Amino acid sequence: MNLKGSIKVNSLNFYYGAHHALKNISIIVEPGQIVAMIGPSGCGKSTLLRLFNRMNDLIPSSRVEGEILIDGVNIYDKNMDVVSLRRRVGMVFQKSTPFPKSIYDNIAYGLKIVGIKDRRILAETVERSLKRAALWDEVKDHLGKSAMSLSGGQQQRLCIARAIAVSPEIILMDEPCSALDPIATARIEELMGTLKDEYTIVIVTHNMQQAARVSDKTAFLMHGQIIEFTKTTDFFTKPSNKITEDYITGRFG
Amino acid sequence: MKEMIQKSFERTRLRREIWEKSMVVVLFLCAIFVLFILFNILWHLIVQGISSLNLDFFTHLPKAVGESGGGMANAIVGTFVLLILAVCVGVPMGLGAGIYLSEFAHQGFAQTVRFMTDVMNGIPSIVFGIFAYTICVMPMKTFSAISGGLALGLMMIPMITRTSEQFIKMVPNQLREAGLALGIPQWRVILDIVLPTAIGGIMTGIMVALARVAGETAPLLFTAFGNRYYAHSLTQPIAALPLQVFDYAISPFDDWHRQAWAGAVVLIGMVFLINIWAQYFVASRNRWMSGK
Repeated sequence: MNLKGSIKVNSLNFYYGAHHALKNISIIVEPGQIVAMIGPSGCGKSTLLRLFNRMNDLIPSSRVEGEILIDGVNIYDKNMDVVSLRRRVGMVFQKSTPFPKSIYDNIAYGLKIVGIKDRRILAETVERSLKRAALWDEVKDHLGKSAMSLSGGQQQRLCIARAIAVSPEIILMDEPCSALDPIATARIEELMGTLKDEYTIVIVTHNMQQAARVSDKTAFLMHGQIIEFTKTTDFFTKPSNKITEDYITGRFG
Repeated sequence: MKEMIQKSFERTRLRREIWEKSMVVVLFLCAIFVLFILFNILWHLIVQGISSLNLDFFTHLPKAVGESGGGMANAIVGTFVLLILAVCVGVPMGLGAGIYLSEFAHQGFAQTVRFMTDVMNGIPSIVFGIFAYTICVMPMKTFSAISGGLALGLMMIPMITRTSEQFIKMVPNQLREAGLALGIPQWRVILDIVLPTAIGGIMTGIMVALARVAGETAPLLFTAFGNRYYAHSLTQPIAALPLQVFDYAISPFDDWHRQAWAGAVVLIGMVFLINIWAQYFVASRNRWMSGK
């Protein structure tokens, strides 16, 4: 299958006002890969993640130089439609963010808003997305209940289902498990493994074991720079950079 | 040194305990006094008005001057109409401004508008009446329900703006981002996600504003004006409970005095019921949200 969802970052610089937050970043993410981004707090990994769906647009006085190509198209091009970009690049946040709606409507909402009214298509998509997010069996009997009534781990899987429902190519995850217990975390990690045959996943995490477990490639950022970006197995067993080695062996950070 | 400090603690122990206890008693008495005033008012109203509170009071028009009996049906309907009009004016404007301030406005501008709404809150209610008289009654050349509703609605705006801004601001930013990240346009995010999350607080703010204007007499004096019959259109003078209560209270007739008390009871009852309904609405929504 010819997967879409490649990300190519070309000499990217990003500024918050005068603060130079990301310095000369260049990476390539292949379709269907899981890429983990790790690094100490404030290193810019979340900032970089949020550039991939232009969430930084909301921050006044921020500035992007360089380019980010998604499937070969520069998303910072003037003609880029941000709304349609975000439909192709979904996002899951640190804190689960169910909308104040029913479980069903949380997932159907993204579809309804683009004018899909056919109840059969909606119902099918909701079911498929919930199954894909491994939540269907737990909620299929009370889809009308408020999404807020789910547990933290269920809410997070609901958010993944919601992101999947609008058929994106890429899913961005910003510390998706940091508020979850180990069991819920394990379920999400398992889920990522099954999602990668269809989606490119970029995950920011503070948990190095998690990065090692789930990802194909790992990027290590510090002070807004990519220190190392390589295959995860190599990254954790034979880091080529001294700073990386210090970081993953816990000597700082 | 250490011993001296400990001794001094011992010595003052009794005094400290007496103070402690007596302060709690004083605060308790304050709380009781608040309740006392409220119940005293209600008790007074009911005792004085109960004899006139019958079916006629709710279903009949006022009798001619000097005759006893009759009711305030016109004023009860009138107050409802005026409150609905006030909501139509106050809620869209107040809520709209609240949304703008919390979601879009720059710091400085929001600060200014916030200060202005505080000023507006402090404007005596009769001034709103004069304003509505100038912009509505004079051009239309008639007192009317519309002008009365306008005066009350304008009064509601600053209260609703402040409370809705506060409660909308309390919606976590991540929820907005989650909506935007799903490719949902900002106005839909506000409408479908932010407002429903804040609706409980917004409703409470609207209810407080409504309760406050429901009892206003001054802004209606030269706008709604009052009417001893039903108003047949919104461009006619219309009766209102506070107006009629005021009219009857300053009249020389005992029966009208009793009816004025009864009118006050009904007014309080109306506000009370609207509030209970709103509370129920908010509570049942919250129950659904938390999944019980």
